[in-house]
Amino acid sequence: MSVLVLVEHTDGNIKKKSFEAVQYAAEIAKKTNTTATALVLGTIADSELENLGTYGVQKVLHVADAKLNELHARAYASALIAAAQKEGSKIIIALHDINGKAVAPRVAVKLKAGLVSGALSYPDLDKGFVVKKAVFSGKAFAFVNITSDVKVITLMANSFPLVAGSGKATIEKLDVTFGDKDFGIKVKSVDKVTGEVSLADAELVVSGGRGMKGPENWGLIEDLAKELGAATACSRPVADAGWRPHHEHVGQTGGTIRPNLYIAVGISGAIQHLAGVNGSKVIVVINKDPEAPFFKAANYGVLGDAMEILPKLTEAVKKFKQHK
Amino acid sequence: MKILVCISQVPDTSTKIMLKDNDTAVNTQGTTYIINPYDEWYALIRALELKESGIATDVHLITVGKADTEPVIRKALALGGDQAVRIDADSIDPYQTANYIADYAKTVGYDLVLCGKESIDYNNGSVGVMLAELLDADYIGFATNIQVEGTTATVKREIEGGEETDQVNFPVVIACQKGVAEARIPNMRGIMAARTKPLNVVTPTASTPVTAILSYEMPPAKAGVKMVSPDNMDELVELLHSEAKVI
Repeated sequence: MSVLVLVEHTDGNIKKKSFEAVQYAAEIAKKTNTTATALVLGTIADSELENLGTYGVQKVLHVADAKLNELHARAYASALIAAAQKEGSKIIIALHDINGKAVAPRVAVKLKAGLVSGALSYPDLDKGFVVKKAVFSGKAFAFVNITSDVKVITLMANSFPLVAGSGKATIEKLDVTFGDKDFGIKVKSVDKVTGEVSLADAELVVSGGRGMKGPENWGLIEDLAKELGAATACSRPVADAGWRPHHEHVGQTGGTIRPNLYIAVGISGAIQHLAGVNGSKVIVVINKDPEAPFFKAANYGVLGDAMEILPKLTEAVKKFKQHK
Repeated sequence: MKILVCISQVPDTSTKIMLKDNDTAVNTQGTTYIINPYDEWYALIRALELKESGIATDVHLITVGKADTEPVIRKALALGGDQAVRIDADSIDPYQTANYIADYAKTVGYDLVLCGKESIDYNNGSVGVMLAELLDADYIGFATNIQVEGTTATVKREIEGGEETDQVNFPVVIACQKGVAEARIPNMRGIMAARTKPLNVVTPTASTPVTAILSYEMPPAKAGVKMVSPDNMDELVELLHSEAKVI
């Protein structure tokens, strides 16, 4: 009956958001009077796997096949099904990210299980199995009841703070027999971005809009982001104008992000933009237009010229870090 | 080569969401509907490009919805495509939607199924994957480039922390995002032609949903913005540290 959670790692290092998923699974296990089991795929050291116990799983199943170092969603789904059978799992957790989104719906179909994509809450067991998620790109929330016997949830990263415990997990190797089609997709080349903070996973984000006047001024955004250890983002007009790469576009038709801090510089705050960022815990708006709608959605506002304010803010962050 | 493009009807991006019936439903009165942008801008246009370059023979569009979704599917036909299918059902969840589409797709046998990376109403991004599973096909999500040669597609896609180029054999379901194609505006000839293109209404197969939305909630109103003087950025940093506790 163990709650099963799929864990992701980058070159053998478990991602922070996967610890969040593990902790989430362990909490659900407590609520449902059972244990939690983590499933880890690919090449990773036992010493790293042991860290999973800290966040509440009793057992780690490890499929050590190196072919699983790349995303092969059908193989991942086969491994999850095998692990779920072994553990008798009725609740399966993955992350609401590129990997989880490719795997969880497959597993849900295979098990005829209801799926909640992008969970923001623990299941409410008083009303059935009800999980909160964002809909209309964050303009509202829905409470989704899973009515099937088996339940699958993808967890939105950065939804619950991590609290490390002192638990230890036992590690067990798992052999999975893969089908012919599990590795049907041939990976020709992989191009990993290194060095910069990934926007989807960033806890702090500095974002620029048309008020930045042109790409030549983006150094000011980047300086602040660098000082904070933040990722950079932009509004749609900026991406459309080619000032910034498209993957930086956040909003209803771009990426949806939920960082702890979102600093919006020279962005007016159209409803489409707000939809993509209003899950941010704290929003700072810097704008010279006092009528900018974004101020209504902000926690902190600074009224004035971004070109003058940004260097001052970067300087203030630098000073703060020196005295901390 | 036959392509099926999945089209979802969604509220216009400028829609302000309002609730009704004790927050158990979304008030859709006065809502303007559009084709889900990812379906239109990327999946549909790439399918049309493949037809224009002689690679695809047929481009069919499919949607799940009642008769009120027909204006949106006609709009899609105005951009292009040979014919459309409307599964005549109000779908409860992605599992049901995927089953309806899969059951129809099996009767035709498509080589390539294209959809958007997610719909901007329920943001699940799960119908495409479920469809692939039901069709026993491969699935590639977050595609940014799709090239087709013979019975193979070469697809560039976003992965965790980077980008990857994959090769996959038909049949395959590919979920598209920015990069796959450039959005187009329908011309008058397309709009006229769309009026007479076949739009087949199909009775849904039996499929039971496995989830149900019980209620909705609006995001909490912000407590109000605290303004900080542009000459006092030290104060802003201090507030972010000691009050907001985010740095």
